[in-house]
Amino acid sequence: MIIVIDILRTQPGGAPGRRFERFRVEARPDERLLDVLIDIQRRIDPTLVFRKSCGHGVCGSDAMVINGRERLACKTLVRDVAIDGGPAVSVEPLRNLEVLRDLAVGQEPFFKRYRTVKPYLIAADAGAEGRERLQTPKERAAFDDATNCILCAACFSACPVVADVNPRFLGPAAIVQASRFLEDSRDRGSEDRLALLDQPDGVWPCENRFECTRVCPRGIKVTKLINLTKRRVTDFKAVKTEKG
Amino acid sequence: MSGANGIMRHEYDAVIVGAGGAGLYAALRASHRVRTAVLSKVHPLRSHTGAAQGGIGAALGNVEEDRPEWHAFDTVKGGDYLVDQGAALILADGAVDAVIELERRGLPFNRTPDGRIDQRRFGGHTRNFGEAAVRRSCYAGDRTGHMILQTLYQQCIKNEVAFFDEFHVLDVILNGPVCSGVVAIDLPTGDLHLFRAKSVLLATGGFGRMYRVTSNAFASTGDGPAVLARHGVPLEDMEFFQFHPTGLRGLGILVTEAVRGEGGVLRNRAGERFMERYSPKLLDLAPRDIVSRAIVTEIREGRGFAGDGSTGDYVVLDATALGKEVLEAKLPDITGFCRTYLGIDPSETPIPVLPTAHYAMGGIPTDDLGRVAAGNAWGSYQGLYAAGECACVSVHGANRLGTNSLVDLVVFGRRAGDHMAEYAAGSGGPGPAGDGLDLARQWEERLEPQGGGPGPTAQDLRRRMETLMMDKVGIFRRGPDLAMAVEELKELRREWSGLRPRDAARAFNVERLEILELGNLLDLAYMTAVSALGRTESRGSHSREDFPGRDDARWLRHSLARLDGDHVSIGYRPVDLVRWKPKPRAY
Repeated sequence: MIIVIDILRTQPGGAPGRRFERFRVEARPDERLLDVLIDIQRRIDPTLVFRKSCGHGVCGSDAMVINGRERLACKTLVRDVAIDGGPAVSVEPLRNLEVLRDLAVGQEPFFKRYRTVKPYLIAADAGAEGRERLQTPKERAAFDDATNCILCAACFSACPVVADVNPRFLGPAAIVQASRFLEDSRDRGSEDRLALLDQPDGVWPCENRFECTRVCPRGIKVTKLINLTKRRVTDFKAVKTEKG
Repeated sequence: MSGANGIMRHEYDAVIVGAGGAGLYAALRASHRVRTAVLSKVHPLRSHTGAAQGGIGAALGNVEEDRPEWHAFDTVKGGDYLVDQGAALILADGAVDAVIELERRGLPFNRTPDGRIDQRRFGGHTRNFGEAAVRRSCYAGDRTGHMILQTLYQQCIKNEVAFFDEFHVLDVILNGPVCSGVVAIDLPTGDLHLFRAKSVLLATGGFGRMYRVTSNAFASTGDGPAVLARHGVPLEDMEFFQFHPTGLRGLGILVTEAVRGEGGVLRNRAGERFMERYSPKLLDLAPRDIVSRAIVTEIREGRGFAGDGSTGDYVVLDATALGKEVLEAKLPDITGFCRTYLGIDPSETPIPVLPTAHYAMGGIPTDDLGRVAAGNAWGSYQGLYAAGECACVSVHGANRLGTNSLVDLVVFGRRAGDHMAEYAAGSGGPGPAGDGLDLARQWEERLEPQGGGPGPTAQDLRRRMETLMMDKVGIFRRGPDLAMAVEELKELRREWSGLRPRDAARAFNVERLEILELGNLLDLAYMTAVSALGRTESRGSHSREDFPGRDDARWLRHSLARLDGDHVSIGYRPVDLVRWKPKPRAY
């Protein structure tokens, strides 16, 4: 089939003139949208810029806004977003991050937030060296959903709070990463992490708008994990006050 | 960092190129002792280690009796006796420590009811030297690689390793046997950077992108081995390239062997479990080279689903007996891939599959500390290391066993990291500064935007290379085809040298990057084809229809391909047979 695709182009170095450019290409319904972009880049316009790597939805390189919604281009089939002779498919870079060129955004503010939550196991290493720690299947399952995160930044892009309310909000992905360790029975870093999350730009700006959950290409229940984390912070403060 | 003539300069004790499992593990170890920088073409969390699915083999014996020695033997036999046996013993012993260390650093393995790391069956892994399949693969759902990558990156963040994300390596600074740094390009800005270092580790991953159908990421273009090959470093065992039996039909996306480990079976059009005829003992869990050849044979003999032996013909991986629950719990990503890309539910419909180019057994020759071996009187290079898929220790020989890629990454990434730090701590400064700067300036000139004209495009050459490699240097090979491939690759390399990017921008010049990557792939494809033409026997993944038998008398030796301009010469190195005598390989 022939599809029409409008790509929001941005020149490097912040040159003015962001504009949609229209491409008309032959594509199969079962092709990935990523294949279509590669075809355009390699055959039609070599200056088109986007990131790609694994090509099957596990590396997180090619999150972008397709028909107004954050998706991975490699996990989006042509038939999911286009119909033969139908309206143009629009492709834009992620929101809430600076555009470097075309569909490539600067990721540093996103990963800086990720690093803020101490996204690593904090555990006393006493005893039983040379053996694994024990963890029941139930304890392991408690944080499974969060381990699915590939840090593609789709949720951060879709977050209306970051866009309209508090641009310094920690954002959904960083909270999911915090949750991944808060809910891990092996971790002993809760105190540090919960104090960080309790900051004004931490977990509290979330308004339960559910956009993160809607767009997550890994199907993570992001909003649910954010609310769970809010409860952990509240409980932690209550215990501290009691002890206090 | 300082700029001179537009070239940014850095100095570190250790520089690591590539941030998959091997690079990150090395970084974690080296950064404890010396100033360490990691350069990665893609953000570290996008590395292809993250796509590994099924598991990491280690003889923990958590669910049934197992021993590292059995793992080492399986590795040697799986590699059709081309494995260096001392290295295989280190691999199997090291696997146990590495898995425990990963768990203690936070890796969320699946667990047994009593809370220990759970283990499952995988191809070619057996108990008691081949008696029957053993549960050896430690796993985290079907996202084991993702979890390894995440865990190692998390630990690097904790240890404040210096990362240079989206830096593409262009060259290494190599004076005789001494390596003193790398030249790289910062892709988002287009700036050139010179990293001087006392030790350099290449961990750039695989190069499956030389084939049309591959499970490999777009970034898997063999940058490390190609750079070294152009410096005259020989590449070892390049003729051995693994095709994974089960790629999603048409896309080549990997469907983990764990599907068969959990009970899935391959079937032809008649519904027959055809592996019964090829591997009576291990059946669907035979090593990958054997299963891939079986699938191609079924299709060639008219038992594929199309029945016409066409390139679109296929067999199926039947996982319907596993049930929805097991698929969702233990193979959730695979279930998702089938839904997303094929629109089928694997609990109800068998999965159409075909072999997909998956893993390079060959690569940069190293010893068991990761030091790059020169293959000549020098013994090894100084301050130059390689680990992971780009390296050849050799623990995979002629065919890698499933799960052993992750084992290789962590065991030898760790050893290389330790040794490069020790070497850097004990050595003086890096070599004379001028050498690196001259090299960087040469690259700066080469990369000047020139504006491409008419003539073949990178895309034309890429398609020709991918098709050629698939058709003539694939699963089954024949001398005349290989000879044609060698000539065609020579021609493609000549045409490549005339390519000029049409995109004149410095920042994020994807076209220029892809031309550089294609050049790397063409060099490696050329060396692969020459090596494959040279080896007149069939062993492991290298299957010559004109030389169907294994020939230990002539060919129980590693090949070393050396690139010299337009010419490749082949040398040899003996195989370490310290433990087991070669035997016929039956499963």
